[in-house]
Amino acid sequence: MTAETILSVRGLCTDFSGDRGNVRVLDDVSFDVGRGRIVGVVGESGSGKSMTALSLMGLVPQPQGRVSARSITLDGRDITRLGPAGMRGIRGRDIAMVFQEPMTSLNPVRRVWEQVGEPLAIHHGLGRRAIRARVLEMFELVGIPEPQTRLDAYPHQLSGGLRQRAMIAMGLICEPKLLIADEPTTALDVTTQSQILHLMRDLRDRVGTSIILITHDLGIIAEMCDEVNVMYAGQLVEQADVFSLFETPSHPYTRGLLASIPRATEPRAGRRMPSIPGMVPNLARLPPGCRFNPRCGAAMPVCLQRDPVLTGIAPGHAARCWLHSPNGDRT
Amino acid sequence: MTEDVVISTRDLTRHFHVGGGFLGGPARVVRAVDGVTLDIRARETFALVGESGCGKTTLGRVMLRLQEPSSGTVAYRGTDLTGLDEATMNGLRKKLQIVFQDPYASLNPRMRVGEILSEPLRSHGFGTAGEIRDRCAELLEMVGLRRQYLRNYPHQFSGGQRQRIGIARALANRPDFVVCDESVSALDVSIQAQVLNLLAELQDQLSLTYLFITHDLAVVRQFADRVGVMFLGRVVEVGTTEELFARPLHPYTMLLMAAVPRPDPRLRGRDRPMMQGEIPSPMNLPSGCRFHTRCPFAREICRTEDPALQDRDGRAVACHFPLDG
Repeated sequence: MTAETILSVRGLCTDFSGDRGNVRVLDDVSFDVGRGRIVGVVGESGSGKSMTALSLMGLVPQPQGRVSARSITLDGRDITRLGPAGMRGIRGRDIAMVFQEPMTSLNPVRRVWEQVGEPLAIHHGLGRRAIRARVLEMFELVGIPEPQTRLDAYPHQLSGGLRQRAMIAMGLICEPKLLIADEPTTALDVTTQSQILHLMRDLRDRVGTSIILITHDLGIIAEMCDEVNVMYAGQLVEQADVFSLFETPSHPYTRGLLASIPRATEPRAGRRMPSIPGMVPNLARLPPGCRFNPRCGAAMPVCLQRDPVLTGIAPGHAARCWLHSPNGDRT
Repeated sequence: MTEDVVISTRDLTRHFHVGGGFLGGPARVVRAVDGVTLDIRARETFALVGESGCGKTTLGRVMLRLQEPSSGTVAYRGTDLTGLDEATMNGLRKKLQIVFQDPYASLNPRMRVGEILSEPLRSHGFGTAGEIRDRCAELLEMVGLRRQYLRNYPHQFSGGQRQRIGIARALANRPDFVVCDESVSALDVSIQAQVLNLLAELQDQLSLTYLFITHDLAVVRQFADRVGVMFLGRVVEVGTTEELFARPLHPYTMLLMAAVPRPDPRLRGRDRPMMQGEIPSPMNLPSGCRFHTRCPFAREICRTEDPALQDRDGRAVACHFPLDG
């Protein structure tokens, strides 16, 4: 781990127990986030991308969910064994999160400034006047027009785009080391989305916030991220810098995903679009071997028997695929 | 009107009245659809795009008379639907169908797939119980599902499979015109492509005409033949997909397309034109051109005069200063 690394996750596993036994929803997830970097986590529903965020935030529902990791290091400090009280101390101050739905993540009966300023009351014990002044500064930073008049608004009086700007202001108000944004623009129109993405990039450039950006949209990954983690069925299947991922995708799932996204910039290729056959497996009934093998056009006998591990292909580029570890190397 | 036009609207409007009730508050009018004139041609996929609140869903519903128009006409193959009595309209409904967005909310969780598919058949007097059973099995296979699934309940299926069931239900009575309202928007990309391919195959096999309502411009470019762009209740531009994407005429179309994230990090652009501000409230429309408050090219006339949709080399645009001029 270098001095530049703000977050280092090693061997993160999350299990849920229910009536039908134990289900592992995150399996051995490891990645780093550098200072001032935007790191993408991309995958389809059920891939584990949101669960990664909840696990890092200590927000996995208890007691059904259990999170374990070899280590999770935030700015040099291991937070793996902090416990609920310890996590409350860093949540909102050192790591903050922005959720997908800006309507349901704000309390409808409290004024916006009180909610946006709440982390300051909790972590720094500031008084109302100081909080209000700081929220006003944050509203200016995130580009809320006429910020003075919005302080006393209730959430329903703001548009979706303004609500998401307010959520980002709340996330950044304690100047966290890391901001986790989980599908922050999915509920927004495309023109509002481009404004919010622009804002996040701008904040990274000006304030130096490190961001984990969780999305299902490879277009957003290409526009925003420095490094990318591709998830499938609870595992990381490919890790690369953004250019390598788009130019030399190495896992058949990543390749299939890149082939099947419709592109607004290219004329229609034909009547049929490339697609990945089949569907995402049920985590309680995973196929033996590689989790992607039933949908994979390149599956070999070994893929049906043994689960591959994440294997380095080039500096900073790794894939969990037998194609890239021909001798069955375990790294 | 030519014979190959399936749906034709003339000056179609749908206004909603809000407020002014018992609890007071000023009575206001939302002009969800405000004077739309469009022709949808046989066997084409006509995409209707725009941001939330632009009226695209309402327009689709008014075309099917799932909502009554406030004024104007909708014709299906030359028959004005707006004047029809209920009985005649219900007879025509089997030709006019819709596939909804949410594959979880649009199927009754207490009905088996067989019941979901046989209901429209029975209500239009398809045939005997045996014929209906055979037709249901045929429909399931047509959308790529096994006939054994007829006995299953919706919760036993994934989102993509449910959307296939929704499509099978819409196709039960051999429709002519199908409105797909954000029908693939809730699906993951790998599944979305499967369902789009299915829709394309079915269109070829069954000579269907689609109105494809979506906010996703990338899907539009890969799937639609022609496109109508809506802004605040109006259609502001119509053209073939290729012309519209290659050379947008309306500034709104151009800015909408520029906002789509491009899946290529080399195209990453911080200097792309970006739409300013927010969509005006449909209850309080700007004077003149509705887009002028967000338009980087607006001049004096745009603030005062509402531009009409005008033909221009086989395309149509509602703008005082179209981009090629």
